[in-house]
Amino acid sequence: MSFTIEVNGNPHLVDVDGDTPLLWVLRDVLGMTGTKFGCGIAQCGACTVHIDGIATRSCITSIDSLRKSKITTIEAISNTPAGAKIQKAWLDHEVVQCGYCQSGQIMSASALLASNPHPSSADIDDAMSGNICRCGTYVRIREAINLAAQTNEKRG
Amino acid sequence: MIRDRIASCASDTHLSRRSFLGTSAAIGGGLMLSLSLPYGRSEAASTDGFAPNAFIRIDGDGQVVLTMPYVEMGQGTYTSIPMLIAEELEVSLSQVRLEHAPPNEKLYANPLLGVQATGNSNAMRGAWKPLREAGATARMMLVAAAAKRWGVDANSCRAQDGEVIHQSTGRRLKYGELVSEAAKIPVPQEVPLKSPNDFKLIGMRAKRLDTPAKVNGTALYGIDARPAGVKIATLAQSPVFGGRVERVDDTAAKAVKGVRQIVRLDDAVAVVADHMGAAKKGLAALKIEWDDGQYAKLTTEKIARELEQATLGSGAVAQSIGHADEALASAAIRVEATYQVPFLAHATMEPMNCTVHVRKDRCDIWIGNQAVARVQAMVAKAAGLPVEKVIVHNHLIGGGFGRRLEADGAIRAVEIAKHVDGPVKVVWTREEDIQHDMYRPYWFDRIAAGLDDKGRPIAWKNRFAGSSVIARWLPPAFKDGLDPDSTEGAIDLVYDLPNFHVEFVRVEPPGIPTGFWRSVGPSHNVFVTESFIDELAAAAKQDAVAYRRALLDKSPRAKAVLDLAAEKADWGQALPKGSGRGVSLQFAFGSWLAQVAEVEVSKEGAVRVRRVVCAMDCGTVVNPDTVQAQLQSGIIFGATAALYGEITLKSGRVEQTNFDTYQMLRMNETPSIEIHIVKSTEPPGGMGETGTSAIVPAIANAIFAATGKRLRKMPVDASLLKQA
Repeated sequence: MSFTIEVNGNPHLVDVDGDTPLLWVLRDVLGMTGTKFGCGIAQCGACTVHIDGIATRSCITSIDSLRKSKITTIEAISNTPAGAKIQKAWLDHEVVQCGYCQSGQIMSASALLASNPHPSSADIDDAMSGNICRCGTYVRIREAINLAAQTNEKRG
Repeated sequence: MIRDRIASCASDTHLSRRSFLGTSAAIGGGLMLSLSLPYGRSEAASTDGFAPNAFIRIDGDGQVVLTMPYVEMGQGTYTSIPMLIAEELEVSLSQVRLEHAPPNEKLYANPLLGVQATGNSNAMRGAWKPLREAGATARMMLVAAAAKRWGVDANSCRAQDGEVIHQSTGRRLKYGELVSEAAKIPVPQEVPLKSPNDFKLIGMRAKRLDTPAKVNGTALYGIDARPAGVKIATLAQSPVFGGRVERVDDTAAKAVKGVRQIVRLDDAVAVVADHMGAAKKGLAALKIEWDDGQYAKLTTEKIARELEQATLGSGAVAQSIGHADEALASAAIRVEATYQVPFLAHATMEPMNCTVHVRKDRCDIWIGNQAVARVQAMVAKAAGLPVEKVIVHNHLIGGGFGRRLEADGAIRAVEIAKHVDGPVKVVWTREEDIQHDMYRPYWFDRIAAGLDDKGRPIAWKNRFAGSSVIARWLPPAFKDGLDPDSTEGAIDLVYDLPNFHVEFVRVEPPGIPTGFWRSVGPSHNVFVTESFIDELAAAAKQDAVAYRRALLDKSPRAKAVLDLAAEKADWGQALPKGSGRGVSLQFAFGSWLAQVAEVEVSKEGAVRVRRVVCAMDCGTVVNPDTVQAQLQSGIIFGATAALYGEITLKSGRVEQTNFDTYQMLRMNETPSIEIHIVKSTEPPGGMGETGTSAIVPAIANAIFAATGKRLRKMPVDASLLKQA
């Protein structure tokens, strides 16, 4: 089957089975390796992308479910205001260690900040607890999200 | 620009010595500086004038190139090691570019390990003196070259920011302008190093050099390698270790769109496809019958019983001071216990993978590995090629923790690739990754102590049994039944224990491979010793901090971190019911660390770690931010193990499969972590693993404080803590 998907604003025609997870289309068919494989069962969040702005685990998202959705990956998240803020906070606060899970962490955090400019600690827990980091960068992830949120306008 | 400086992100490490020198010659007039490490010294006296164990090269354009023997896996080594060179060479960190050292055990062995590997928290410990000396030597030669050109005394010149300056006249020459003359200066024998008071970089917070690529998706890990025409394979290995493939029906698998080939090995089957989605679908469609072999009935309980039995016999004496048996017999109070720690998987976020292209006369390997020379040697054997025909393209590592000190994944990939035309990337599913790891060994300890009538320990006796990973991985280091890793943290304790006797019994578990796991020997020994000293304090009816403190008169650095942690953690102040504080004190990997954990135990027995306070004396701090980050990291890694980590065998099969059954600590469970660092000018100690081993007993001791229940077996078993 052929499918046309829109990734980071560009259409791509891919010829795979309809049940193929988006993750493998991105990584192996389109060669966009920024999105990572961690578990394959939506337990770790390493594969997180945005589908129409919603943080989504691409390892369990079949290609035939996408239709006209707009997919955004780590490669283009800097083009969104929230994504750019999160990436900057990640660098300023030295969040990263091995870095492998960080594409997914940044995608989850960007989606959070885009929908909730001033997340509470509980909001951060809710949005980020689906993303595992074996290097244990959680303390700094939380601090970096708070740092990025400070650059958003104060609540009225 | 920063990315350019880390050319080694996905660097080819196939540079042979000849091509390395060739590169240097092609640039022309470059100064290559040698230094002698304890290992590979014989090579230094080689023929072509350049000593081959070169770490620094300065090009005509002033670019400083560090040939980097250590790999980056999140511990910040790509930043902290260049800081050493830059400090003594008097250049800014931004002037240093990294090239990864080619596989060569003789030239690039870690001085503390004797092999070319990054592990055991010793990159900084190994690099501290030699790499500063390398920088200082280069600086002296550049200064001498400038002085010679100007016809002045070298003592009237100084180096600063990549230039030599003649102080009285203000004349300046950039390093790049001096390289060909500096190369002719005799290498100085005496190289004074800077006094810590003069450090400009060491001890200052340096921005990590590897992070920009890691936040925008461009960093390349082994799993991201995509040589032209690469196919993707995934595999099923015999679920019972040592089993074999009996029958395969691949009809349905071959019918999956995108599946190209099924490769059957003796003990594994791989599906080769256009993409991982097709390979996984093909794998699921395979019908494989296994011959489970001799371990078909193996259970963890059986292994634990064998280890327990072994502690009833005798072992190799790791350390013996005074007369432990006599002192024990005369003790006013006797305390005895047994402790157990489980097998653990590494669960690196990047699952095991390796890309291979086997050709008649050459084999290319794309991988992220902590020990590239080992990979090269083992792949050569598996491919049946001379070692120089194996080209290792090493990548960033998506989590090492000891797993990537092994070459098993590379060997497996070669076995598959031999049947495939063109390059193939073998990616393990998470299930394969967890079920075919090389596990942190199960250990069993039998320990006893005797206290005098004031409660002070007068006898300590410990016999423990388990696997020696060193005996397999580095056989020469296993001698007379002992190795330095298995016993670290069980001997040379910080406490004053006059009659002390520790034995190790090496017992290799059947049917399950073991390997290094973050914090290695201390991962178990510190849990046992620090839990047991807590038991002694309780038996003596004394405060856990005060009890330890009284035994530290000969260990001032240990006492200092203990005092600092206790003070910062509000030790002694009341906590709500169901909460408790626990302390641990550790000397391991060359660093002193005290931790106080605060836990909350629910009526159902669920344990929540709320707060961790650490005091660390790791000698000279090179990059303070990295020290903080590594402690945070190690603590979460260890807390994960304490609360959840356990690999069990049933019918010879690992029961855990993925993150749903092998649980990780997550954001919502993360404690607050406070880190206090003791200022010191002593040589640096190791950092990467210290937090992991020290947190486990701190948690167990805190649970005791909260509930009165002593947990002597990890991980935490909530059913033991449930209130009736």
